[in-house]
Amino acid sequence: MSNISIAQFHKVFFEESLEGLDAMESALLALDDGGDAELVHSIFRAAHSIKGGSATFGFPDMAALTHEAESLLDQVRDGRRAIDKTIIELMLRTVDCLRGMFDRAQSGQPLANADSENLKQQLAATVGHAVPAAAAKAADKPAASSGWIIQFRPHAGMLAGGNDPLRLLRELAALGQLVVEAQLDRVPTLDALDPTECHLGWRIELTGSVKREAIAAVFEWVEDECDLSIEPLVAAAPPPAPSVEAVATPAGAGGTAGSARAAASSNDAGSVRVGIDKIDGLIDLVGELVITQAMLDQFREEFDPSRLAMLQQGLAHLARHTRSLQESVMGIRMLPIGSVFNRFPRLVRDLSQKLGKQVKLEMVGEHTELDKTVLEKIGDPLVHLVRNAIDHGLETPEKRRASGKGDTGTLRLEAFHRGGSIVVEIVDDGAGLNREAIINKALQKGLINSGDNISDEEVGELIFQPGFSTAAVTTDLSGRGVGMDVVRRNVTDLGGSVSIKSRPGHGTTFTITLPLTLAIIDGLRAAVGEECYIVPLVSIVESVQLSADAVRSVTGGGELFRFRGEYRPIVRLHQQFGCANAQQKIEDGLVIVVESDGNQVGLFVDELIGQQQAVVKSLEANYRRVEGISGATILADGSVALIIDVAGLIRLQSRRKAA
Amino acid sequence: MAKILAVDDSASMRGMVAFTLRSAGYDVAEADNGQAALDTAATSKFDLVLADVNMPVMDGISMVRELRTRAEYKGVPILMLTTESNTDKKMEGKAAGATGWLVKPFDPEQLLATVKRVLG
Repeated sequence: MSNISIAQFHKVFFEESLEGLDAMESALLALDDGGDAELVHSIFRAAHSIKGGSATFGFPDMAALTHEAESLLDQVRDGRRAIDKTIIELMLRTVDCLRGMFDRAQSGQPLANADSENLKQQLAATVGHAVPAAAAKAADKPAASSGWIIQFRPHAGMLAGGNDPLRLLRELAALGQLVVEAQLDRVPTLDALDPTECHLGWRIELTGSVKREAIAAVFEWVEDECDLSIEPLVAAAPPPAPSVEAVATPAGAGGTAGSARAAASSNDAGSVRVGIDKIDGLIDLVGELVITQAMLDQFREEFDPSRLAMLQQGLAHLARHTRSLQESVMGIRMLPIGSVFNRFPRLVRDLSQKLGKQVKLEMVGEHTELDKTVLEKIGDPLVHLVRNAIDHGLETPEKRRASGKGDTGTLRLEAFHRGGSIVVEIVDDGAGLNREAIINKALQKGLINSGDNISDEEVGELIFQPGFSTAAVTTDLSGRGVGMDVVRRNVTDLGGSVSIKSRPGHGTTFTITLPLTLAIIDGLRAAVGEECYIVPLVSIVESVQLSADAVRSVTGGGELFRFRGEYRPIVRLHQQFGCANAQQKIEDGLVIVVESDGNQVGLFVDELIGQQQAVVKSLEANYRRVEGISGATILADGSVALIIDVAGLIRLQSRRKAA
Repeated sequence: MAKILAVDDSASMRGMVAFTLRSAGYDVAEADNGQAALDTAATSKFDLVLADVNMPVMDGISMVRELRTRAEYKGVPILMLTTESNTDKKMEGKAAGATGWLVKPFDPEQLLATVKRVLG
């Protein structure tokens, strides 16, 4: 049986343990805020699982550390020790240390280091005992005898507890020669007999060189459910010492560690945990597809025009199921944004302590789901914005008091759906953007030529310029060599956008808009000359047909049209992308009004062909990055259509205007 | 072949137990807490239950206590999988009606030996 490798469970163990650590951390932070006793239980449970798992799966260093942490938590749980800042701090360090150990375990490095040993000693000292130098307990001399007399009388309820006396007798028989004598004196009369109870007793003579411990082990589970005596058969032998519980050592731990490493390193492809309901949904859909397929298959043999209606119906089913199947499969990649939000309570706590600020973190909409790829890449930008908000946005308690606000600042993270997008807002009630400082800095950096006539929106845009930083001294917290320009680029790379709104004295709001998924978009297909473009449906406001006199030309060659009371620029796609044989007169084509970040432009195209889903292929990976284009897709006839990057086109347009 | 119910909130531990037992030919069902185990045990009769002690929703000890009130689970072996080496926990489990225990960490061979011991 030793060929069963437990290394195959390492990955699951790592995953669930890291989740456990996250849970521990958030419970510790909640305790810090004065949470209830149930939190202690959940922290204990998480530590306990990691301890059990790490011992089982061959990570003794981790088991040793969690053992000490668990002992400390046990004292808290039993009320022997009150929870205080010191313990919470110590436990948070344990969480960090274990995370490090898991990192090293996944890359096959030794788990223990000076830090972890240090922490272990500190935990042990807090618990109130030193870590034993060696786990070896003095083994008592094995008490052997040439034989034993065992008096065994089960209590009436032993059978109900699942322990069968016959099994115990068989086990004894495996140890040596048995002579068994049943004692029937307590068997009741038939009318009083309960067959689920045990009324028998046994006097057992066991001969052979058997250790007392071996016999005790047989009866280990039933000690409390029977009257038992074990006496040496030869009276001359000294009375044996009471049995000592063996110190459990993880058998084969050394042997499995090597293969564990191999398995861990060869299998680092990402995985997603999927709810059973989602899988059941998929199975249902596949079932439907199989039925539809069978229905359509009938037409392969013989096609009778009278059954045309049935064929149409079958195709309609096929279309519907394919769409549902696609949505379900995409759904598997969707994970709640809570997994990213989870890291913020700790970050906010550490940061605000370091800066001497009081911050209350509110998180809303943690269950909002996002594509796994988007989720993985949105973490860093969010961390940067949160750091920024605490470092630059929120004020110290003194400053807040001076401006008539409460000592504690509020930082709110909120995720929600809007249209086909996910919106994440980072809202603080701090001082807001410092207009003067930003304009001065921009002048100094040569980003603008004059500080006059700059709107608040434009001031907000300035901080997204490369190399911009308003802090007089770059702190080690937010000034880590990345600026807001990197945040914007990261978000834009995900097909999203980021904008800022600020009110002096009232706070700042960053709004990140992200696509639900990167893989498939809903789009409108538009013809421009001989080419075909996909305009993402989420960006489209309206399509309008304009008469020639509705368009105003402005100096520099730009065109404007009036839409809902305001003038919007027109982007002629055929000019933008150099398409031949396209409509030239505005009244012969259509203008699609699109919006991004609150800016609207009209895209001039020949005509709309229809709505369709586009499976997004990267243009950058296959060709190169093209401004105004976010990707490409294959149409049903096999030709390629480019997907319009509305935000990029609008940026291009505004740069042209500025030039 | 005997039917075994493996109850543990840790997917890795449960996976290891279930995999080991299935490799030995046992018919294994899984549950991730005491309440789920009670639900599963109501739909099918198991010859052996292996249960963790510390679990969310319902712990192993409450589960054993509840299971023993059902006539069809009187006398069915229920083993606690426990890391608690102190006797208190073992005895608490026993008092609730557990047959015995298996102390973590155990390896697949130890697990099989214990299961064979109980199932005969």
